[in-house]
Amino acid sequence: MAVLTTNPTASDPMLTRPRAALIMVAIAVILTGMHYAGALPAVLHRLPEAMIPPFAQWLDAAFNFIKDDLGLLALTRFLTTGLEWLLDATANLLFGQRRWPFLGPIPWTAIAAVAAVVGYYLGGWRMALLGGSVFVWTALIGQWKIAMQTASVLVVAAPLAFVIGLTLGIAAWRYAWVSRAIKPVLAVLQTLPFFTYLLPAVIFFKVGPTAGAVATTIYAIPPMILMTTLGLQKVPHEVVEAGHLSGCTRWQLLRHVYLPSARREILVGVNQVIMLSLAMVVLTAFIGMPGLGAKLLAMMGSFKLGRSFEIGVTIVLIAIMLDRMSKAWVIKQPEHYIRGTPWWKRHILLLTGIGAFVFFCILGQFVEVATDIGRKQNFSMGSEIDDIMKWFLALKWVNAITDSIRYVLNVQVLIPFRNFLLSIPTPAFILVIAAFAMWLGGRKQAFLAALFFSLVALSGWWDRSVITLYSVISAVSLALILGLPLGIIAARSEKWSRRVLLACDTAQTFPSFIYLIPAIMLFGITDVAVIFSILIFAMVPLTRYTIEGLRTVPEEMLEAADMSGATQMQKLWKVQLPLALPTMAVGFNQAIMFAFFMVIIAAFIGTQDLGQELQRTLAGTDMGKNFVLGICVSLMALTFDLTILKWANDQKKLLGLAE
Amino acid sequence: MTQNTPVISCQNVWKLFGRNPETYLATLPIGRGYEEIRADGYIAGVKDVSIEVHRGEMLVIMGLSGSGKSTLVRCFSRLHDITGGKITVEGQDIMKLSERELIELRRSKMGMVFQSFGLLPHRTVLDNVAFPLEMRGQDRHKRRERAMEVVKLVGLEGREDYFPRELSGGQQQRVGIARSLAIEPDIWFLDEPFGALDPLIRREMQDEFLRLQEMLAKTIVFITHDFDEALRLADRIAIMKNGAVEQCDTPDQIVLNPATEYVRKFTEDIDKARVVHASVLAKQDISGTGNPVDATATVHELAQLLVQDTREAIPVVREGKTIGAFRRSDALNILVGAA
Repeated sequence: MAVLTTNPTASDPMLTRPRAALIMVAIAVILTGMHYAGALPAVLHRLPEAMIPPFAQWLDAAFNFIKDDLGLLALTRFLTTGLEWLLDATANLLFGQRRWPFLGPIPWTAIAAVAAVVGYYLGGWRMALLGGSVFVWTALIGQWKIAMQTASVLVVAAPLAFVIGLTLGIAAWRYAWVSRAIKPVLAVLQTLPFFTYLLPAVIFFKVGPTAGAVATTIYAIPPMILMTTLGLQKVPHEVVEAGHLSGCTRWQLLRHVYLPSARREILVGVNQVIMLSLAMVVLTAFIGMPGLGAKLLAMMGSFKLGRSFEIGVTIVLIAIMLDRMSKAWVIKQPEHYIRGTPWWKRHILLLTGIGAFVFFCILGQFVEVATDIGRKQNFSMGSEIDDIMKWFLALKWVNAITDSIRYVLNVQVLIPFRNFLLSIPTPAFILVIAAFAMWLGGRKQAFLAALFFSLVALSGWWDRSVITLYSVISAVSLALILGLPLGIIAARSEKWSRRVLLACDTAQTFPSFIYLIPAIMLFGITDVAVIFSILIFAMVPLTRYTIEGLRTVPEEMLEAADMSGATQMQKLWKVQLPLALPTMAVGFNQAIMFAFFMVIIAAFIGTQDLGQELQRTLAGTDMGKNFVLGICVSLMALTFDLTILKWANDQKKLLGLAE
Repeated sequence: MTQNTPVISCQNVWKLFGRNPETYLATLPIGRGYEEIRADGYIAGVKDVSIEVHRGEMLVIMGLSGSGKSTLVRCFSRLHDITGGKITVEGQDIMKLSERELIELRRSKMGMVFQSFGLLPHRTVLDNVAFPLEMRGQDRHKRRERAMEVVKLVGLEGREDYFPRELSGGQQQRVGIARSLAIEPDIWFLDEPFGALDPLIRREMQDEFLRLQEMLAKTIVFITHDFDEALRLADRIAIMKNGAVEQCDTPDQIVLNPATEYVRKFTEDIDKARVVHASVLAKQDISGTGNPVDATATVHELAQLLVQDTREAIPVVREGKTIGAFRRSDALNILVGAA
């Protein structure tokens, strides 16, 4: 590999990082030029088929060995029994599946009432209104049953992820070797496309809710581990010492001192577990999990945009409710009661909740509508919305706009760009990526970048990987063009910063699937729709971190700039942006990670990239191929992640902003 | 154990922070200074300290931040394991205790107050105070009763159901004090307990603390970076710098005879007349005549007498017995700051 040979000389003082990067790019340009001139041997353009090792088969063999010979399948099938029993119980309670304990379904009115009471406990009247109305909406729009199918998995998967994450987080905090072992696994897990979670789940845990619950649980564990470890590390040492001097044993110290003191971070972890679980549980539609996701998938597949839109709204509402409530829980502080307050007054909300639940359960026995809203009674406006949308999209000016965007982007920008990327010889492509990593990160990053992309080349999925990368790069570039100015303008005023941040926060809680709906509505099933859905998804972190970076520039520095007679523009370019850049880079990095995530989901629209192939593997038991594809995506994402974060941290240190 | 054996005794105690402190200490040449040790990659938190704390005594450890005073007190309770030397508490070598025994020692004998209080945010005042009792398994009713007693003692009655964040800094520290007293410890560690409080509250808390000490008569190790506070409270003061004890003596002696230049700098701006007692000035070889003064009176308290009296030497009595006499000129020198 060319990069490796330049590495030893990189220690030469004349060969600074930018220079080394430049040389690598130059070689890449020469290689590409030679290819265009037809002077490049075919071997250097693309790796010949014969040289590609059969990774998929090797992996398959390894899986089969673990699965059958080591008896993992027997173990997981055994675990499945327990999980299935739990899922059956929640399914019975929430939507009346005929399984033990044969009690359900719980009337929707009862659930809505309890949600309202819980909301009131956590955040007062506004939260009560939110909690209650989300469930009322879901019932009235006629999606109660599918929502409860989703919920029945969620209420099992999220607590499971919480318990496992908490345990692993404590272990990682307590024992250095656990932490060392877990870290690289977490890094890969967070970049692995979700399809790669789904297939093993199906193979090991049967199709349907069980596999859905397992995939959801695994997907939601990493942030819980990180937040637990972080929280435990942050417990003030005096509190710990006070515990020691109070004569705590190790267990008492953990139970009574560490865990309660880390309450805040642990609850932030809970919030993330809930949100990731929701995002994933919707996506488990791809492996046949019934529920909101499956319905949405079906509706979008048959182009019923009105119903898709309604389901989208339901999912968004549920997401907002879960997010706001769990965040309210994070900041909720205990309040004391005046001495002598009677028992019932201290627990008034608990009693109200139980009372309302019982009341509506009894009411449900007599009034049919309070339990279940039938097909004819709901207020779904699916077909009407369809008509309105069709009418709107058929309007001359709307049509003109979307068509011209589609045409210009597709023909003038996207397709030429894609063809250009595909025309670059593999070694030249790897060189350019390594040069980028060298310039921003350093030699170690350049080496890893070259290694990772070489592995991708060896996987035999090079062209599809390049197409994946093309979608990511185009969408993130467009997101930069739109998101940065938006962030910069919003950051100018306190009021707008707050509003845009709130919008970003809210948008970030939506399960990614939702972003497909407007894309398909506007641009149909095209490449532009793919790019558009990635674009809005990736714009959220970009805008968010831009505002945060600019707003957290210390007031004194701005005053110093003002007193030095800087104009608004000078202040922005010379003071604010340089200081905000490391934070913005974190946002940029997240945008790329989001894009890699979304591009795989967008396979649903119909792409020619890795996502498409991945989705195909779900139909069979092609686990080896599934993993090879998943790891390709993960390796590409990791390259950017490592490089950009290294740069951001270096810059923060340089500016003295790091903790 | 007799009254005279020290409660805490430490001999040549070292606490080094670094990669491999034990091995390093074993090869450490005698007389290597703090900066040289630092150049070797180690921080001497506690450097060859030998000190004793006697029963019922209040030892104040004074030093600037980073001088090792907090580290030393944490070695006493084995919150830190020491690198070398020996610490005995009530005759037991604490480094030889098993985890179980150490917990038992802390549960029955030690209490500690922290600079930033170290309260558990999720527990009410009463539950925080009852925490050490709960840890040793006392039943709920008994421990709440005892906790209530201590809460009253520190003057927080009526706030027992509050959560720490609902209290002011001074009140939070009262909770910290109450918690450290709940198990009726013999040894009481206070790590800059009033350091986080503003000056007015600090003064009030010092008075409160002296009142408690008069009632309880504990063995106390008190840490402060405030020399005035040290003078006001201490029976003896140990002044620390770079992990080592520069001087350990009574306030009078430290003010009158600073052992090192470093100590002298601290005493420079001190009104010595308020610190030095008649007993310290009294010499047995001279005898005075006329009305004696009490041994516990400070020079400042005697100011009027010193100025108006014409005697050469003034006798001093302690509990009715004459212990000697002091030269009026010596006392006057201290009063006008010439000493």
